[in-house]
Amino acid sequence: MVKNTILGYVKIGALAVFMVLMSACQGVALLDPQGPVGIQIRDLLMIAVGLGFLVVIPVIIMTIWFAVRYRESNTKATYKPHWEGSLKIEAFIWLIPIAIIVVLSYLTWVKTTDLDPYKSIPSSEAPLRVQVVSLDWNWLFLYPDYDIASINKLVIPTGTSVTFDLTSATVMTSFFIPDLGSQMYVMAGMVSHLNLLADNTGTFTGRNMGFSGKGYATMNFPTVAVTTEQFKAWTAEAKASPTPLSQDQFNQLNKPQSNYPVTLYSSVEPDLFNSIVAKFMTNRQVEGTKHGESEKTATTVN
Amino acid sequence: MFGRLTWDSFQIHDPFLFAATVGMPLGVIALVAVLAYFKLWGYLWSEWFTTVDHKKIGVMYIILGLIMMVRGVVDAIMMRAQQAVALGEALGYLDANHYAQIFSAHGTIMIIFAAMPIMIGLMNLAVPLQIGARDVAFPALNSISFWLTASASILVMLSLSIGEFSTAGWTGLAPYFEKEFSPGTGVDYWTWALQISGVGTTLTGINFLVTILKMRAPGLTLMKLPLFSWTALTTNVIIILSFPALTVALFLLSLDRYLDMHFFTNDLGGIVMLYANIFWMWGHPEVYIVILPAFGVFSEVVATFSRKYIFGYESLVYATVVIAFLSFTVWLHHFFTMGNDVNVNIAFGIATMLIAIPTGVKLFDWLFTMYRGRIHFSTPMYWTLGFMVLFAIGGMTGVLMAVPPIDYMVHNSVFLVAHFHNVLIPGALFGYFAGLIYWFPKVFGFKIDEKWGKVSFWCWAIGFPLAFFPLYVLGLMGMPRRIEHYTNPEWQPLLIVAGIGTVVITAGIAALLLQGWKTFQDREKNADPTGDPWNGRTLEWSISSPPPVYNFAVIPQVTARDDFWVQKEKGTAYPRPEKYSDIHMPKNVPYGVVIGAASFFLGFGLIWYIWWMAILGALGIVVTMMVQGDNDDTEYVITAEEVKKIEDAHFERLAAAGVLSGKPRNANQESHHE
Amino acid sequence: MSSAVHAPAAGGHEAGGHGAENKLFGFWIYLMSDLIIFAILFATFAVMSGNFAGGPGPKQLFEVPYLFLETLFLLVSSVTYGLAVISMQSGKQKAVLFRLAITFLLGLGFVVMELMEFAHLIEEGFGPDKSAYLSSFFTLVGTHGFHVSCGLLWMLFMIIQVVRKGLTAGVRSRLMRLSLFWHFLDIVWVGVFTFVYLVGLL
Repeated sequence: MVKNTILGYVKIGALAVFMVLMSACQGVALLDPQGPVGIQIRDLLMIAVGLGFLVVIPVIIMTIWFAVRYRESNTKATYKPHWEGSLKIEAFIWLIPIAIIVVLSYLTWVKTTDLDPYKSIPSSEAPLRVQVVSLDWNWLFLYPDYDIASINKLVIPTGTSVTFDLTSATVMTSFFIPDLGSQMYVMAGMVSHLNLLADNTGTFTGRNMGFSGKGYATMNFPTVAVTTEQFKAWTAEAKASPTPLSQDQFNQLNKPQSNYPVTLYSSVEPDLFNSIVAKFMTNRQVEGTKHGESEKTATTVN
Repeated sequence: MFGRLTWDSFQIHDPFLFAATVGMPLGVIALVAVLAYFKLWGYLWSEWFTTVDHKKIGVMYIILGLIMMVRGVVDAIMMRAQQAVALGEALGYLDANHYAQIFSAHGTIMIIFAAMPIMIGLMNLAVPLQIGARDVAFPALNSISFWLTASASILVMLSLSIGEFSTAGWTGLAPYFEKEFSPGTGVDYWTWALQISGVGTTLTGINFLVTILKMRAPGLTLMKLPLFSWTALTTNVIIILSFPALTVALFLLSLDRYLDMHFFTNDLGGIVMLYANIFWMWGHPEVYIVILPAFGVFSEVVATFSRKYIFGYESLVYATVVIAFLSFTVWLHHFFTMGNDVNVNIAFGIATMLIAIPTGVKLFDWLFTMYRGRIHFSTPMYWTLGFMVLFAIGGMTGVLMAVPPIDYMVHNSVFLVAHFHNVLIPGALFGYFAGLIYWFPKVFGFKIDEKWGKVSFWCWAIGFPLAFFPLYVLGLMGMPRRIEHYTNPEWQPLLIVAGIGTVVITAGIAALLLQGWKTFQDREKNADPTGDPWNGRTLEWSISSPPPVYNFAVIPQVTARDDFWVQKEKGTAYPRPEKYSDIHMPKNVPYGVVIGAASFFLGFGLIWYIWWMAILGALGIVVTMMVQGDNDDTEYVITAEEVKKIEDAHFERLAAAGVLSGKPRNANQESHHE
Repeated sequence: MSSAVHAPAAGGHEAGGHGAENKLFGFWIYLMSDLIIFAILFATFAVMSGNFAGGPGPKQLFEVPYLFLETLFLLVSSVTYGLAVISMQSGKQKAVLFRLAITFLLGLGFVVMELMEFAHLIEEGFGPDKSAYLSSFFTLVGTHGFHVSCGLLWMLFMIIQVVRKGLTAGVRSRLMRLSLFWHFLDIVWVGVFTFVYLVGLL
């Protein structure tokens, strides 16, 4: 009976592992990353899973083995009702998890520092800056280097480190392109940062991972990674767009609505991004007017 | 007059909610009528509602928890059904708003109104019996705690029909839950329900901490304390230290919503992440609040059914304490992705991994308890074995997520959902089931049906991996949690598998209910005259089942760990006292019911801005407390003769069952075949 | 948090003769839990202490002499409560009542002064809805004030009990718990006074 249970688990476990491996090459974004951040994290994941298995597999095997061997009906097995401890075994069961966690902690220390989302990624091309504004429930992308903008579509050149500056015009969201790497919270009144790089061309779904209300499920955008030449061409296309992103235009976008059609903007209202940030932090840390004191500066802005 | 409550607040437009709106009151009226017809109200009032007997309060807690669990499971089925179909053009049958209410209610209910009541119920049943006490330290307070939890549960259920429930998740999302973005009553239902039950839980924490520290039988030193009571002790310490954080987080949110303050708002200096910080200072320890007592159950079950001392008692105690301590040091891992300093993430990541050490030790200790044991495979043991296998996997995925860069990838995805279900269902729920079956005969005097219990176990053991392992894969595919609709066709097959898993789990719950019914039917066949159906080890098995209201006619003198087992070995179990003394017991009190009702009106009034009702509710609480505080007549006496009569009857049953031979009872010869 | 917590043990039973001791111990634990509430409110205030959002800061809001008087009321009330406990131990019912009454009046004075300060600030346009700093100020100070008010209600109730029942064991036990509560609030106020007012003004 118990034997069957355990076998059942082994089968299910094996099946799950098999499924993961089978689909690894297709559809499983995190196991088939398209950029260096994703690749490093995937490798880290694999190592961590391996370390975890060092405990998990023995536990599962011992559970089955002990349950079968020391079942009531097996009177041949040793029975020691008064045995309540063994220093040797105790030392072993404390030291093994400790050793694994020490290794993993070291790895965490090194890799977390390496994979700091705020750190730009070395690349041959000059980094591209993209300012991201999270709206209810759309994504607005500003390209300050080109003075163009795009809603619900992100175009980036491959082989180029992209630095995202993220802010929200409304509630908190989380910006994530699973094929490329790390996600980052997007909050009103402050700017968070994220660096990603796409090795390969392709279209990857980016999305909001932080629940933000009615339109959350559809708050996706295609991330199109193209060659540098194609990217140049795309910026030119945007420049040729008939619509500029004026303050009025932005106010139109900044209303609760879903699936706003992809639109390119030929220019961007000067300082739009900063004004969106500043709206929620007007003199956040500036003291009142009577004595005109303003000793502290806005330190929450990076 | 009725604040923002209007006829439109009653949910009758949606077919599901219509069923709830019309069905629930009809159900309640029918129940009231049936109980009145059978003249049961007087009995319920005097024997249950006003009781201060920890055993009965425990039973009420568990019934409440199981009812709420069924509600939570219905929510789960609705979510799984929606996600199984809502691909592309197919929008499913739930809109975004309704879906969000369901996932928020599911989490809130499962943690606060299912897991907590069942856990506290088990503590109520077992702790005083395990420590050789006649009751808890503050019996009337215990009743108040229960009724606060009950009235908060009613508030949550009411949100189905009147108004709406929160859409901001069970954890609350700043600033989305502010009035600007969520102006309805949903968030207020959530806040006040949590707040009211939170007060109840804090009071329980104080009550049981004092009980365990001050009311142990003589000789029962802390290092002889049964492990379930040890985990209860640490859990109550965590409750006392962490619940204030929840209270403050919700209190500040209410100030934002009611008085336009600016704690968690976007503007005027509010800090959205401050909410997450305060909330998770409670939220993470809360996980251990619900899980540690289940660990305690596993410790009892594995030793009892392996017919052996627990392996590494001290290790298990230290591991429990270390887990409790570490639970306060890891809250930040719930938001590694907010753009913190790298070193902060590293510190909290490593702190989180450290928890794996004592947890791993516990698993090995349980394993080595089975080693060289003689394992009797009763249902509680099934749940324990299922737990060990599944929890090992859930624990490992937790360690994965503790590595910040990995968390950057799987945070907020269904991988996370799979992980926490993988620790909470095997870790907490399986433990509660094991505990319920283990202590059931103690409370009711007959054993629980094994066959349907095993069917239920197998449904869970198969349904669980089916329902949740696909979510790991989906998480690695980048699927976020909390979406009611998706466009990626590759997700659907796995979501359908998860849906099938939910069906199997539901069958498991049906089997559990059937088990209850069969148990009731066969109660005479399964009667346990000895009070010791499992060949138990600890004090609770040394008294009759069900125990008399005073539990112990004579407070036992404890000399060893697993004292009752040792006594049975020596042949000194069931000592017959020469004479009995009068026993003072607390009188039943109506304060709990009254304070619960008053809190309900306070909460309902606040939610709907019906200020007169809120004020009356608050006054009701204050006045009841004054009446209670003025009452010095709190005890009654059970005379020595009555005690003797009850105990004599018990000894007759023991003699009839042939356990009074005075000979060592356990077949404990050690064997050395290898 | 409701005042439901404030007299938790009043209905407890005395079985085993540990009743009063357990209640005192339980009340201590409750106070520790309450202390954490204050600790988090202090932390929140510290985090918000610069978030004026264009509104006023401490220098425009607080007047030292007024606060000093307010503080004095509460500190002295703690002393008079201590004296009431001494009288209780020597069984002098009248002295207990007199000293409790003085304590009650001093506490009432404190609460009234605090409410007047709040009313004044709101009148000036510096209500809790004006900035995160003001929100956290009103919340921290107000939570303390709410506790003091609950303590006053409890004290009134105890005065009535002493008159009706005399210094019975039950009444003494409750007076001891109220004593703990009252001194606890005094200590919290020292913290509030130091961190909110003095540090703010420095």
